[in-house]
Amino acid sequence: MKFSEQWLREWVSPQLATQALADQITMAGLEVDAVEPVAAVFDGVVVAQVLEKLQHPDADKLSVCRVDDGSGAPVQVVCGAPNVAVGQRVPFARVGALLPGDFKIRKAKLRGQESRGMICSASELGLEEETSPGILALPANAPVGEDFRLWLGLDDHTIEVDLTPNRGDCLSLKGLAREVGVLNRLPVGGPAIAAVAATHDETFAVRVEDPEHCPRYIGRLIKGVDVTAETPLWMVERLRRSGIRAIDPVVDVTNYVMLELGQPLHAFDRANLHGAVVVRLARAGERLVLLDGQEVTLTHGTLVIADERGPLAIAGVMGGEHSGVNTETRDIFLESAFFAPLAVAGQARGYGLHTDASHRFERGVDAGLAREAAERATALLLQITGGEPGPLVEVASPEHLPAERRVRLRAARLEQALGKSLPADEVTEILERLGMAVQTDELGWSAVAPSWRFDVAIEEDLIEEVARIHGYNRLPVRRPQARLGLRPDHEARTPLGRLRRQMVARGYQEAVTYSFVAPELQKALLPEAVSPVLANPISADLSVMRASLFPGLVRALEHNLNRQQTRVRLFETGLIFRGELDDLQQIPMLGALVCGSRDPEGWAASPERVDFFDLKGDLESLLAMGGEPEAWRFEPAEHPALHPGQCARILHRGEEAGWIGTLHPAVRAQLGLKVDAVLFEVRLDALTHGRVPAFTPLSRFPEVRRDLAFLVDENLPVQALLDTLRGQAGEWLTECRLFDVYQGKGVPEGRKSVALGLTWQHPSRTLNDEEINQLVDAIITESRHHLGAELRG
Amino acid sequence: MDHLPTLVTEARQAIQAAETIPALEELRVRYLGKKGEITALLKGLGKLSAAERPAAGERINQAKQALAEELESRRGALEKAALENRLSAERLDVTLPGRGQPSGGLHPVTRTLERIEGLFTRIGYDVAVGPEIEDDYHNFEALNIPAHHPARGMADTFYFDATRLLRTHTSPVQVRTMKEGKLPIRIVCPGRVYRSDSDLTHTPMFHQVEGLLVDEDVSFADLKGTIEDFLHAFFERDDLSVRFRPSYFPFTEPSAEVDIQCVMCSGEGCRVCSHSGWLEVMGCGMVHPEVFRHSGIDAERYTGFAFGMGAERLAMLRYGVNDLRLFFDNDLRFLRQFA
Repeated sequence: MKFSEQWLREWVSPQLATQALADQITMAGLEVDAVEPVAAVFDGVVVAQVLEKLQHPDADKLSVCRVDDGSGAPVQVVCGAPNVAVGQRVPFARVGALLPGDFKIRKAKLRGQESRGMICSASELGLEEETSPGILALPANAPVGEDFRLWLGLDDHTIEVDLTPNRGDCLSLKGLAREVGVLNRLPVGGPAIAAVAATHDETFAVRVEDPEHCPRYIGRLIKGVDVTAETPLWMVERLRRSGIRAIDPVVDVTNYVMLELGQPLHAFDRANLHGAVVVRLARAGERLVLLDGQEVTLTHGTLVIADERGPLAIAGVMGGEHSGVNTETRDIFLESAFFAPLAVAGQARGYGLHTDASHRFERGVDAGLAREAAERATALLLQITGGEPGPLVEVASPEHLPAERRVRLRAARLEQALGKSLPADEVTEILERLGMAVQTDELGWSAVAPSWRFDVAIEEDLIEEVARIHGYNRLPVRRPQARLGLRPDHEARTPLGRLRRQMVARGYQEAVTYSFVAPELQKALLPEAVSPVLANPISADLSVMRASLFPGLVRALEHNLNRQQTRVRLFETGLIFRGELDDLQQIPMLGALVCGSRDPEGWAASPERVDFFDLKGDLESLLAMGGEPEAWRFEPAEHPALHPGQCARILHRGEEAGWIGTLHPAVRAQLGLKVDAVLFEVRLDALTHGRVPAFTPLSRFPEVRRDLAFLVDENLPVQALLDTLRGQAGEWLTECRLFDVYQGKGVPEGRKSVALGLTWQHPSRTLNDEEINQLVDAIITESRHHLGAELRG
Repeated sequence: MDHLPTLVTEARQAIQAAETIPALEELRVRYLGKKGEITALLKGLGKLSAAERPAAGERINQAKQALAEELESRRGALEKAALENRLSAERLDVTLPGRGQPSGGLHPVTRTLERIEGLFTRIGYDVAVGPEIEDDYHNFEALNIPAHHPARGMADTFYFDATRLLRTHTSPVQVRTMKEGKLPIRIVCPGRVYRSDSDLTHTPMFHQVEGLLVDEDVSFADLKGTIEDFLHAFFERDDLSVRFRPSYFPFTEPSAEVDIQCVMCSGEGCRVCSHSGWLEVMGCGMVHPEVFRHSGIDAERYTGFAFGMGAERLAMLRYGVNDLRLFFDNDLRFLRQFA
């Protein structure tokens, strides 16, 4: 809400400078967002009257005028505006005047004609942002010779407050003034509003079919208005300083009264009303063309103002185009109603609308304001447009009007909540200043909420009001007390922080990517994935929830490659989203991506590029942290994003827990990536799952080591050989080292040599050669039998 | 016998002349070995008379010992020289950088979240997390934001359908924790949150930490103390001015916005604080009784406070980051600055 400081000070004017006033309002909970001067800096501009206008002899578009600027002698000035006219009062910058933008007015000759000053437009004076087409014509009563700035009161500020939804009562000058009055203990003024006497008795029938949603409806027929009349400059200026453009006098007056008192009003063109005005719920499918030209199909549940032909307006939101006031309008029907907040709440948004009226009704408009606002608007309209007012018609349903709310405040509760006992007199005084009728008893207070405060209904509301007016920063500061109880700590769980630090220690930077990704990217990487799609994404690029950490990591890789960062090591942790909404899994994952050289460029670095096994080694270092590396296995498998020959499904205790592999060359090409990247992602629940260490006594007896080299089919996973071997090696095998895998000279085509170092140790005796030989024989036999492995000579 | 002095002199010269350990060893064998020349002299003592024998024996033994010492000393000198040679040959340029994988680093948001979590867990708060795709009930209803409440317009929500959405704050985690009903509650809830807003100062995803404390006799004074302590600890400035400004959140009452003295200009007024000298850093308030009612907590017996802050905002102020969007570009040149 924007308002003019001067306007506010007409209601209540504390002895505070502008900024101090803004600070005070802010600290009362009405946050001031901006304080701006209402006009740019200028001086030397006075009100002048155009005495004579002659065509410039040498320029078609210029005229040579003589103006009376109050100095005694007429002044000649050349003017280029098409709308300058004899008799007009205009803002006139004298020679020596300083206009916005440090523009100094000097004596000049324009195409040979002397010009001593300038007739100004609104934009030249910084009153309008857009360039005005002509000079600013002032009302006929503007005092010639008077300083323009002073006369229009331009040494004023627009103060913009960002009101929280509970303070709908401050969406008017009246409300803001009331608040400033409370803060400064000052009486609050305001315009005198009297009932306007009817000059005829014609009315228009009003029928409220839904009194629950419209407990009060006031209407008045005003006949013979002149909509072409000019809105007075003072009103245009106040509207402008409140951020509202003047349109026509009827709209301007309704807006003005809304700003002044907080009551939204609407005016219908009587000529387009038929039968009676009916306030009712819309029938599903009814259509209405709104003032903004948009046609909406109404849904049942929307409160409308209708006549016998159909809906005229969405109640409390926006009027219809057809029944609106236009330049032809002669008779208007003015509406001033109280719509219950629930009748309007959500309606505007449902139609994609947000209006000044809906903003106010949703938050609650003082139910007692409608009549006063109707009278005020009538009086202003009569001043401007003329016309004949009829009597006010009021349809009210007292049982549906907001009930009086009496709220208890217990002294003990107040003291407990604030950690301080406030003097009872101060509490009473604060509540009374806020407009509440207060009764006290031995336990505390009982206050009647003012009709404009929809946010006062329970004890906490009063506690907040007392704290707010007393001042939050005057309340005590204390530290919470708590019992020092130890809480369980699960040692078997590896905290996420340790996993992250392990990745950091292995040279990875942590990334944080958006949880929503581009559908095409996700589709390229995970064509089969199903994940929720946003109904209202911020852009198509961020519209589908990630079903994997891969899309985000790949995007981050791209970003870096495009910025000459060729060695990329990234990891991320976060949720991925799998399945339809009704069968949704939100799974915490840890994922990583590597690309580029194994080592950073350096004097001792190897220039080799990272490969699958670099990343796998990093992953294994994470898997080892739980203390159960044997719970994990990698099995060759296929994943649409990954190279079929360089891809493994990661199993934890036999269940799929993730994937690792090199980005599929075809996918890579599709994404336009020029380099290889290796990625993994693993479920965090599996990664953090571990065990508490269990000690095994150290054997005092010697170990026995045997090295075996097998020739196996080149496609045989080494894991199979290891499994077979472990199955035969007996319970005293302590170590099995795979120390060489070789293909090439000396190894037959299609085979590979796998060399293993096996170590045995018995806890309580020395193992003899014979028993080791038996185990080795069993290993060799079984491997040959099952895997076709031959021992290499 | 008579040539003993000559022999000793000759041996001494030879020892001094020896340049290597093996040469020295050769000399030891030659003079003092089993068949060495001095040893031979000792063996020849038997040919002398009993009267001559002791004196001659002593002279030979003295010579033997002298040569042994000479040998040892020369060996020491040679070994020392050899070590020095080796050390000199093995000299490295120790200013060359070390080998291996340099460390990476945590994302500044994680760094900030961990720091905030640490401050609170050290005094007895637990960390609680929850789903990011939430339902209307946990994100709004249970927090006293019924359908059509104007406060729903305060945060632009990403929806999937009529009731499922991306959480707009981490408050649903508080709701879930309260519903478990284990009191007292002291939690902080860090995590990703989403609002459909994207411009210079908003990203559609960001991180929040919210805190909740519910116990008997918790007051606004406790809230003020907790917030002040936290801000002093987070910015490591005990003299940082903190002020509480009345505000409104449907789930707390009384509610407050918290401002700190601008950490960029120390309150003098600068671009970051829009020349006000103050920075809004978090929101807080006493838990609204309606929220307790939804969670089945007796609002007469228990009171509590809640607070919430944006991790990126705090990280920006703490580390001087001037563009919010950098947090989600994942540019290595940015990330490396927080290692």
